[in-house]
Order: sequence, then C-alpha cells, then structure tokens
Amino acid sequence: MKKQYIFPHRHILGMEQFSREDIAHILTTAESFKEISSRSIKKVPVLRGRTIVNLFFEPSTRTRLSFEVAAKRMSADTFNINASTSSTTKGETLIDTARNISAMHPDVIVLRHSSSGASQLLSQHVHAAVINAGDGAHQHPSQSLLDLMTVQECKDRLDGLKIAIIGDITHSRVARSNIQGFKTMGSNVYVFGPSTLIPMHIEELGAVRARTFQEALEGADVVMALRIQRERLHDPLLPSLREYAQRFGLSSDPLGWAKEDAIIMHPGPVNRGVEMSPEIADSSRSVILNQVSNGVAVRMALLYLVGNA
Amino acid sequence: MSKSWIIENGRIIDPASGRDEIASLVVTQGYIAPAEEPAPADAERINARGCWIAPGLIDMHTHLREPGEEYKEDILSGARAAAAGGFTGIACMPNTTPVNDCAAITNFILDQARQAAVRVYPIGAISRNSQGELLADLGELKNAGVVAVSDDGRPVANSQLMRRALEYASDFNLPVISHCEDVFLGKGVMHEGPVATRLGLRGIPAAAEAVMVYRDIALAEWTEKPVHIAHVSTAQSLDLIRAAKARGVRVTAETAPHYFILTDEDVADYDTNAKMNPPLRSKADREAVRQALIDGTLDAIATDHAPHSTLEKDCEFDLAANGIIGLESALPLSLSLVADGIISPMRLVELLALNPAKILGLSAGTLQHGALADLTIIKADQPFIFSETDIYSKSRNTPFLGRQLPGRTVLTMVGGEVRFEKGLL
Ligand SMILES: [Zn+2]
Ligand SMILES: [Zn+2]
Repeated sequence: MKKQYIFPHRHILGMEQFSREDIAHILTTAESFKEISSRSIKKVPVLRGRTIVNLFFEPSTRTRLSFEVAAKRMSADTFNINASTSSTTKGETLIDTARNISAMHPDVIVLRHSSSGASQLLSQHVHAAVINAGDGAHQHPSQSLLDLMTVQECKDRLDGLKIAIIGDITHSRVARSNIQGFKTMGSNVYVFGPSTLIPMHIEELGAVRARTFQEALEGADVVMALRIQRERLHDPLLPSLREYAQRFGLSSDPLGWAKEDAIIMHPGPVNRGVEMSPEIADSSRSVILNQVSNGVAVRMALLYLVGNA
Repeated sequence: MSKSWIIENGRIIDPASGRDEIASLVVTQGYIAPAEEPAPADAERINARGCWIAPGLIDMHTHLREPGEEYKEDILSGARAAAAGGFTGIACMPNTTPVNDCAAITNFILDQARQAAVRVYPIGAISRNSQGELLADLGELKNAGVVAVSDDGRPVANSQLMRRALEYASDFNLPVISHCEDVFLGKGVMHEGPVATRLGLRGIPAAAEAVMVYRDIALAEWTEKPVHIAHVSTAQSLDLIRAAKARGVRVTAETAPHYFILTDEDVADYDTNAKMNPPLRSKADREAVRQALIDGTLDAIATDHAPHSTLEKDCEFDLAANGIIGLESALPLSLSLVADGIISPMRLVELLALNPAKILGLSAGTLQHGALADLTIIKADQPFIFSETDIYSKSRNTPFLGRQLPGRTVLTMVGGEVRFEKGLL
C-alpha cells in the first residue's frame, strides 16, 4: 500500500524547503484549481470562513492582485494592508504590524517585503501560516512554482530540460527560487548576464554559470529573462540600458542558439527593448501570459495547502 | 586603605616575567608584593587551588555607549560586565553621542568611571566628530587622559588624513587604532560568500578589509610611525600584517573571539546576533585567524563589545545594527582555544592582558612585584552553559547563549579590591 502523501509545510518561505514530491503535489493541486478559473462561476467554497491578509511592504500590483483573485476564488475573506518600508525605522514595524494583525486571527498572511529573510522573521512572530510573496533578493516561491507549472504544461516534463536564466541574478529572488526549484525537478539551470550582476558562488545553489551568451542559450528549452531595475545604473553595475539591451537582451539573433521550440519567459513587467525586443515578447514562443494565469492557480493551491491547516 | 590578601596555591601565569608555577601571591596596599615577602598577619586568604592567577585582562576595544545611548549600556554597567569577564581595564571607543573628540567628553567619561568596577581608559577620536575631515585636538585629548585615538565605526576614508593622524598622534605618543574598511566595498550586511548568495543578502568582500589594511601598512611604513589594526577578520589582511612585521613595520593587530569561533554559516537563519562589522568570515579565514594567534601575527584579543537593545536587533537582518556584546564571553571563548590545544595558557594571558596593555602604553598586564594588584582568578576547566544570568551588560545581543564553554573568571581584583566574585570564596 502506498502511503498517503500529506503536505508537510506550515509556511511557504522558499523553494529550498521543498522536495520533488512536494513540488509535484503543489503543481497537481494547481492544475486541478486551474479548471475553476475557466468555469462561468469561478468560485469554490474550500476556504470559506478563512481570513487571508495580504501584507505588502513593497508595491506590487501584479502579485497582490494574483493572490487576491486566488483567495476570492476559494471564497476566503481577504484584507490588503499596504505598509511602507520608508516609514519603517529599524524594522519594528514588521513585528509590530505582525502582532497587530495576529490579533485579528488570520489563517494566512501573504508577505511581500524588501528585506531578505522578512517572511521567516514574520513566521516566528505570528500564529498564522506565512506565504512569502517575495523577500528582498531571497525567495519568491509562488513565482517559481508558476514558472515550473508553465514549463511543465509546455514541455510535458521538467526532468532533463535546459533552462537559461538571463539578466540580473544578483538582485533577483526569482532567479534564486527558480535555480532551486528547477534543480529539484531535475532540470539543468544556466545563468548568464553581465559579471556585475552574477553573484559569486552562484554555482553552490546548483546553477551553471555560463561564460558566454551562446553557452547559456545553446540547446535551451526555456529562456527566461529577468527584469533590469533602473537603479542598477547608479551602483555602478551597468553603464547604460542601451548597452545592456545590445549585449544581454533577448532578440532573434541570440535566440537562434536555443532549441527551435524553446519558450520565452519573464516574471514581468517586461522592459520592452531592454530585456527583450518587442517582437520576442509578443511572439508565439512567449508564454508570459500563461505565466500570469498559472499564477492564480498556483496561489490557489498554496492557500489551500496551508490555509486549511 | 585597601586590605591585604594572600592568594594561595594558584597557578601564577605572568607572561611579562615568564612565570608559570604553582605558588601564592601576596597583595598589600593594592600592589603585588615581592615573591619572597611574607604576607602581613592580617592578610585575608583566598584559596586558589586548581585555579589560574593571571594579571587582570585588558580589553582594548569596548563600546560603552555613554554618553548618548545609555539604554544599551552605560559606563558602570559595562564595567560590571568587564569585571565579570575577568577584565580589570577597558578602553572605550569614542563613537558615542557626542563623539569623544574633545577634553570635555573625555573628562565626563573619566568622571563617570570613578565609580566603575574596573579601570576605564577612554579612546579619543582621530577626526573631529569622527567625520574624517579635520584632525581632532589630539594634544588636548591626550592631556585629558585618552590612551589612544580611533575613528572606529567610521573608517578613515581619506588617506591623507590617515597619514597626518599617524604623524601627529606620534608627537603625543598616542597609538592610532584603525578600523580597516573600504566604505564603498563595505556596503553590505554580511561576508560576501556562498551564504550571502543563498540568503540574498548584500555581501562585504574580504577585500574591503585588506585594501585598507594595506593602505595603513604602507602609510606606517612610509612615515615610520606605529599603527594598530582593529578586529582583523580575514586571511588576506593577516598575510599583509605578517609580511609587514617581517619587514619591521611597526604594525600591531587584534582580533575578536567571534572571528576565531564563528563563520558566515552562523548567519544562516538571518540571526541578527551574527551580524557585525567586519562580518563573520569563511572557514578559511577563521583558520587563518587561529594560526595568526599562534604565530604572533595577531598581538591581542579584544572584545569589540557592542551592546544593542532588541530595538536594533529584533528586526529584519539588513536593518539590524552591527555588533555583539563580548565582555562576559571573551575569556571563556578564548579558553576554548587552550582546551583545544591551539594556544598555551601563557599565550592566552599575553593576548588578553600583557599585549593590549603594552600597545596602549598602560602600566598593567603583569603580576611582577610592584605592579598594581589588578588580577583575575580563572577556573579554566569548569565547563558551564553560557546563559542570561552570566550577562551583566544592559544588552543581551550575543550569539553565544546556550553554548557550553570550558571555563571562566571566578574572581576579579582591581587595585587590591575584589570587584567580582562567583564560585570561589
Ligand atoms: Zn570597528
Ligand atoms: Zn568597534
């Protein structure tokens, strides 16, 4: 007799906490919820009576909206709190806010914060389950899971695929989550970008550090571009966005190295003409909109798995 | 009038005289009596069997937070913590509010310290308000009683100012203590290495320290003036210091216990009590620090005692303040080097008492007759779990709570008066 699988995690803090079996289970759960979004009445009562707080210390319309839609489709009560870290002196605010929210007895707190480790800190101060919706440059597990789901849908597998992640790896929680997530599922992850934006020791997370654009893209099944933040110009990590676009942007030329059926991904929002040319972003190989719709399904799955505890 | 003591049958460890033997030590009128002199009839006995009798430890790098941040520590609470840790003298860094850059602040500190459990030696600022632009009045500071100058915490970025500080401070026999950090490379929150990459925290490369260590060595070599490097944390810096010493450059250096006990792996759960500047480094750096304690590249162990309240520490890692308390744990952590056979008891006392006293030009750090009776009695092998009750500081920011340590001070005497005692009398 096969032992019944029980999802073992109380909080969703990062991809490193998941086994292959955990990820497979989350993706299967998400697939089953995806069907709900195509119904005419897009609502099921699985989280009725549950309270979900979206606590966002960083502005992010997309991720917040995605979690909110996911929660509403599960019939949960949702509250959005947009706090600002600029008023946060020495961080008492996160813990103080957490204590105040705790008094309302939420079942799940979804946290977005500019400090790496913030969701772990929050999980130590509240009774609710915590879902990390992005903490600094650390982790963004729901993004990684929706990327895994999107790739699996397109390629029918994850094992043995070559995934190329291009751009600002240093400041990217999406990169860290995806290196670990894809690695756990048996994919081979290559990273490439300007040396100023590839952190030392990235290999120890399980990625291959490509020395050239060609090495990163050659035979790739998936090409993922990351967003370049304008403030990186001042550090100084980059001379100009123009030079970035020319040397590291995705256009049809470098994509010629990838497999013919390679798909193009981006966590959004895309700086058209910087991370990728507009033609590539709008091409049939781009699955950026699939990523968005899978985002809702994955977040429904996560809320279901930790919100029903 | 201070009473007389006869401390019997302890292991006297005095690197200044090379003495390491079981004997009794007599204290009269607050001074160490000659070895052959019989104890006065009214001398009180202390049985030190099984203990070490060492000169009082000298911490050449403490942050006492007064004036300005008395909720973290004040001169009296810091001095109590020092006495409990076996220290009889502590040199306090000038980065208070206001900065100790003039006689008025130095006088205030010395005034407060009159009631303190241990001797307090103020360190003055190198530059006005430690802003790294204009020299502070070093002559005035010296007159007021500072034992050294440093812009600790606000590294001197201007090399010309550093050069002039070395030259001008030498006119007053003031040691210059340098916190070596390139402030542009140093814009991070932990050691730049695999752990920082995994945690998504901005790294401080080892080179941020080494480039400034080399600058200061180059300046000391050119001006032929001494320089003391604070809290050395990396293998690269130690190689530079070792080579400079071999060339005859007058450079001395200290490290702190966390650099020979912990590594960047200890940050792994975003533990803000593992956040300090310089940051905890790699395993290879930790090995290099241990080696340098053995081979003499490092002259001293200092605490860099940096008290912070939960306000500064119970928060997100990147927002947390740098630093940990260290006065109560420095000797026990250093004793673990002895327990592991890395350094001898004699070397330990040299690193924690004699050498810091020498570098600061203090008449302390020895048990030779005629010296002030500043001493500590240590039970080197009486393991205990370091816990909150062992902390006398106002702050609790230490990563060592709950750790088993090999031994500790059981009595601290300053000028012939017992200022701390636990588990001996
Ligand atoms: Zn310092
Ligand atoms: Zn310091």
